[in-house]
Amino acid sequence: MSEKKWIIAGVVIFVTVVAFPFWFNLGKAAPAPELELTEKAKELNHGKCVMPTDYMQSEHMQLLDLWRHSVVRNAKRTFVNSSGQEFNMSLSNTCLECHSNKAEFCDRCHDYASVRPYCWDCHIDTPKETE
Amino acid sequence: MNLKYMYSLLAVIVLFLVSYILAGTGMAFKVLFGIILPYAALLTFIIGFISRIRNWARSAVPFRITTTCGQQKSLPWIKPNAIDNPFSKGAVVIRMFLEIVLFRSLFRNTRLKMKAGPKITYNLEIFLWVGALAFHYAFLTVLLRHLRFFTEPVPILVQLLETVDSFFRIEILYDINQFGLPGVYISGLVLLAAVTYLFLRRVFIPNVKYISLAADFFPLFLIFGIAFTGILMRYVTKIDVVAAKELTMGLVSFHPTIPEGLASIFYVHIFFVSILLVYFPFSKLMHIGGIFFSPTRNMTADTRATRHINPWNYPVHVHTYEEYEDEFREKMVEAGLPVVKQPVETPPEETEKKE
Repeated sequence: MSEKKWIIAGVVIFVTVVAFPFWFNLGKAAPAPELELTEKAKELNHGKCVMPTDYMQSEHMQLLDLWRHSVVRNAKRTFVNSSGQEFNMSLSNTCLECHSNKAEFCDRCHDYASVRPYCWDCHIDTPKETE
Repeated sequence: MNLKYMYSLLAVIVLFLVSYILAGTGMAFKVLFGIILPYAALLTFIIGFISRIRNWARSAVPFRITTTCGQQKSLPWIKPNAIDNPFSKGAVVIRMFLEIVLFRSLFRNTRLKMKAGPKITYNLEIFLWVGALAFHYAFLTVLLRHLRFFTEPVPILVQLLETVDSFFRIEILYDINQFGLPGVYISGLVLLAAVTYLFLRRVFIPNVKYISLAADFFPLFLIFGIAFTGILMRYVTKIDVVAAKELTMGLVSFHPTIPEGLASIFYVHIFFVSILLVYFPFSKLMHIGGIFFSPTRNMTADTRATRHINPWNYPVHVHTYEEYEDEFREKMVEAGLPVVKQPVETPPEETEKKE
């Protein structure tokens, strides 16, 4: 029957589409990215970031957005974290000071999660801002 | 209160609470929600889907019941409507394609109204069509976008889709409040809005409410739950995206892992998706496969030109008139009844043949 041919073709297409992630990744090892901390990041501030690691992992973009708003709109550059430490709100001078290895630190996760933040439209790898 | 949607709503709320609480209790339930159920759900989905299709493929189509919305091809001087009254296989394919991508049959929706006079009017009612288009295309976009969690490296087309989807950089920013830095995907919000509309329409339009069943509400609530938890994870209580991808990549590469530090809300999301996959083959959601098997849409409307043979017709033993006459010829002649073939014993009177 000619209908049977079309139905089988349809089922084959259905299974191929549904199983796409399985055959696309076949034979490819895709381990989760490992981040490299620079010596400076390990030493400075006792190896601690401005906020706890858990928070930074999931919400650093939020923090950076608030920093940008504070600096650009309110001209307030001082960030006080939960344990009372003060930091200069600056991506280039504070974050990238320690995490100067953008390729091994920022990009690995961003590429893995297919995120293209527009931070780097203006901020380049490791510049020194002049104030 | 309407029991039909209350039961569905309660079911989704209970599923939410159960998965949220259990995922927080320990590793065993994380393995259940993150590994076992997704695999089982996908298997159920594929096998169930194929068995439904097998069932439809085996069903006989006794009648040619094409729905037509235009003039059939008949006499050469009558202009036929090629697409809405498909005469050839090609026209059927075109009509089916347009139905699937544009939902043309929903566009025909009209609403009857009585006006002073009394006068009956039929108004074009396109909101269902708009809502359905928004819903289906938003859902498709969301689905394709999620390939970023299931592929490594992420295909360029998926990245392109993400860029287009986050084209509107919606940011709401105050000193203490921040929204929109993981770029806002418009498709997620459209999906949530469309599913809300499709629900409200079933509640507020009386005649639609009358025909709505629990099976109509449950998928709406479930998809609402999926979209809601997804949006929650992205914009409000942020989860560790890298850990999430580690889990999903583990699933598709058959090396399942449960990474550290994934919030319970993630397990709720993945549990809801598993429920949807399991529910799919047993429900009205099968219209994705069913549309291809609708005799009203997949048949040509050429009944005036070719005869449709009912496949149920089996070879019937018929007693023809010739056989009947053979059996009763003598008796018929005796009774003086006319017969087609004269009996052999009595030679016919008209023996003289004209030359």
